[in-house]
Amino acid sequence: MTAVAAAASEVRRRGFVRRNPTLVLGVVLLGLIVLVALLAPWLAPDPADAGTATHPFQVLAHPSSAHPFGTDLVGRDLLTRVMYGARISLGIVIEVLAIAGLIGIPLGLIAGYFGGHVDQVVMRITDVFLAFPALLLSLAIAFVLTPSVQNMTIAIAVTWWPWYTRLVRGEAASIATRPYIESCRTLGVSSPRILLRHVLPNSITPVLVQMSMDAGGILLTAASISFLGLGAQDPTPEWGLIVSQGAQYFSTQWWFVTFAGLAILFTAIAFNLIGDGVRELLDPKRVISR
Amino acid sequence: MLEVRDLAVWFGDRQVVAVDALDLDRGQVLGIVGETGSGKSMTAYAIAGLAPGMGARVEGSVKLEGRELVGLSDRQLCDVRGRLIAMIFQAPISSLNPVFRVGDMFHRALRLHGATKVEARERAAAAMRSVALSPDLLHRYPHQLSGGQAQRVAIAMAVALRAEVLIADEPTSALDVTVQAEILEVLQKLRLEESLAAIFISHDLAVVSGICDTVAIMHDGEVVERGPVGQTLRHPEHPYTRELLAAVPRLSAPGGADA
Amino acid sequence: MIRYAAERLALGVLVVVGVVVLTFLIARVIPGDPAVTYAGPRASKAQLEQTRRQLGLNQPVIEQLGNYLKGIASGDWGTSYHTKRPVLSDLRTALPASIELVTAGLFLALLVGLPLGLVSARFKGRLPDVLIRIASVIGVSMPVFWAALILQLVFAQRLGWLPAAGEYDPNLYYTSPLTSYVQMPTVDALITGNLPVLKSSISHLILPAVVVALYPAGLLARMVRASVLDTLGESHIRMTRSLGFGDRAIYTRWALRPAINPVVQVTALVFAYSLANTFLVEAVFDWPGLGSYAANSLQALDTPAIVGVTLIVAIVYVVLNLLVDIAQAAIDPRIRLR
Repeated sequence: MTAVAAAASEVRRRGFVRRNPTLVLGVVLLGLIVLVALLAPWLAPDPADAGTATHPFQVLAHPSSAHPFGTDLVGRDLLTRVMYGARISLGIVIEVLAIAGLIGIPLGLIAGYFGGHVDQVVMRITDVFLAFPALLLSLAIAFVLTPSVQNMTIAIAVTWWPWYTRLVRGEAASIATRPYIESCRTLGVSSPRILLRHVLPNSITPVLVQMSMDAGGILLTAASISFLGLGAQDPTPEWGLIVSQGAQYFSTQWWFVTFAGLAILFTAIAFNLIGDGVRELLDPKRVISR
Repeated sequence: MLEVRDLAVWFGDRQVVAVDALDLDRGQVLGIVGETGSGKSMTAYAIAGLAPGMGARVEGSVKLEGRELVGLSDRQLCDVRGRLIAMIFQAPISSLNPVFRVGDMFHRALRLHGATKVEARERAAAAMRSVALSPDLLHRYPHQLSGGQAQRVAIAMAVALRAEVLIADEPTSALDVTVQAEILEVLQKLRLEESLAAIFISHDLAVVSGICDTVAIMHDGEVVERGPVGQTLRHPEHPYTRELLAAVPRLSAPGGADA
Repeated sequence: MIRYAAERLALGVLVVVGVVVLTFLIARVIPGDPAVTYAGPRASKAQLEQTRRQLGLNQPVIEQLGNYLKGIASGDWGTSYHTKRPVLSDLRTALPASIELVTAGLFLALLVGLPLGLVSARFKGRLPDVLIRIASVIGVSMPVFWAALILQLVFAQRLGWLPAAGEYDPNLYYTSPLTSYVQMPTVDALITGNLPVLKSSISHLILPAVVVALYPAGLLARMVRASVLDTLGESHIRMTRSLGFGDRAIYTRWALRPAINPVVQVTALVFAYSLANTFLVEAVFDWPGLGSYAANSLQALDTPAIVGVTLIVAIVYVVLNLLVDIAQAAIDPRIRLR
């Protein structure tokens, strides 16, 4: 029984909430954020403020009933911008995971399953990439490509895929030596088929766990890059960018920096709780103890 | 010397042990036999004072030389464990801390119970020799020892600590048969020379009949039969005991248990 | 043991070379003309041409790479376009500043995270555990630059307890000049017995170090908790208890040492992540480390500087991995035999 199947049956049993409080809390929190992101165009007080609208008479206004989070340096409603920021941040995380997965997982499968020279080459490449903290490399790449949300996403994805390759390669390599794979080969099953139907499902679990744990890190990396000016550019309402815009006004207009930062904090917490919860759920020790 | 009366061990509201009586005298070896899940190990842990540390609740009475052990605080139990009652376990190498040299644990245990550095070293070395091991082995790490050596080190620790009771929980189950014999030889020697009192837990009737004086058969947390080993195994009264004996494969006469 | 170390070293060198090549090529791809930065915006065409020749920019890329690699090996890391000084000497002042900050942060994290992890494990499920776990999650999820800004505002500006920026009070340049040995004010002040600078540099170090420490402290607390709980489930702990050792001995020695191993494994990762965070913190606190240097270099399209920073970070990371591997082998004797 694979870890994923075991987890699925656990979900169906009652008492799930009590046994996995972290996961449930994380999902609930993230659910709220996703809801806000999806409904932003209808929930936000001034949707135009997420774009290029400016209101010279409302610059840097205190939080009030009209503007619960205050306004920024060109008078835009910060509540709106923070809400729209959720769409951007969630989009970045999903895109990065998708791209990194699409590159990293197949590479890892091939490297692990076929071994030999292919394996060596792929491993050396990943070594070089992994010699760098993700933030620094993403920064460098984001700089090379003109700073924008899209390019930043690509930059982060490019620094992230080696992890998944490593993980999958390890699993694939150990599965490739199993007797049942041997028998598949002798039966004449083609390699792509073996990879897809046998190696992939059994190597995927650590990657899924890792992805759920990475989501928070990706969010923080993206926010950091935007903070440094190499990511999202104005008028895009990305949270890290908003914090950097508000930094110089911080001592007098505290709200500018605070709410965007809190948004990052809570979203990161949600992701991390989910990551923890998923890891506990799919922990092999748990599966065996059944 | 050791009296156990109405011992009950609970995990939450699940009772795992309900032993009415067990007795042990100096120089005697009591065997506790049962299947996995019969509660024999848990009984041992309760007697040794390890149960509270596992989250179990202990009720009843365990008296060692008249001193009541149930209900003692953790600190008091620390005095009892090791110095009065020592235990050895099933997988000997796993029972030793992998990142410390064997001697580290040995010497510290002795010093914990009052020996000086010099005394600890001497007593450890003497104990090692009494189980036919060179004291040099103390410099090694557990994974550098064989299973038999590791188990003898564990026994040596009990000897060095001058424990009054040695509880052995399936000490030979994880070892080869030849090594098994070595360990049993060592225990036999200690029994004769040091009047060691021991409780020997096992599911292996052959081993038990070889080394134990009395035996208690456990099933579902209760003692279903007890008595001198020869008599109990040759003339079992309780149906469960009979089942156990019948399940042992015979090499000699085909068909039927030796009733 | 020696052979193990030598193997890892050789591998590390290979990785570093790969990194340098990669970065060099990337840097060459950056649009923009470094000659302009070097010569200044008002340089004439002729001067720009001369600059290009001087910097070797008109040679084929492979040749430039070759020259560069040769230079590296012999200690010439090129001259920074924007500071006009040898890159190596720039790094010699910038790197220690970052190292000082990261080390202070990690030290703090260890001081706080390790005991918290132990307490968390000891009181599993009870109030201290719950509180510590909440704090850990917050620490791990905190955006570093935001935390830096907030701490700076609260403690430096509003409360005035601690200084807001810089390595130490600039006035002390005159009143109590510091002789530099390792380019780290705190260490140098300690060595030379320069008390005013020592006090000033420590007080300047506190806030940034706390910010850097947030993530590793949270991570450490969680990891130690998990690792200790795992170890407690192992049979040798049962044996330890049966010998008469109590909770205190178990948590501080017998369960701790085996539990440390997985934590050490993650150390390299944590250091790398913290180094990256350090760069963010440097931005907010005006700390003259690698982060600031790198930012300026990127701005100025300063290739030698960029490659230099990349190279030094790669080397630091490789050395760190090596140290961690060796430390692991020292703590867990089973690893040496593999």
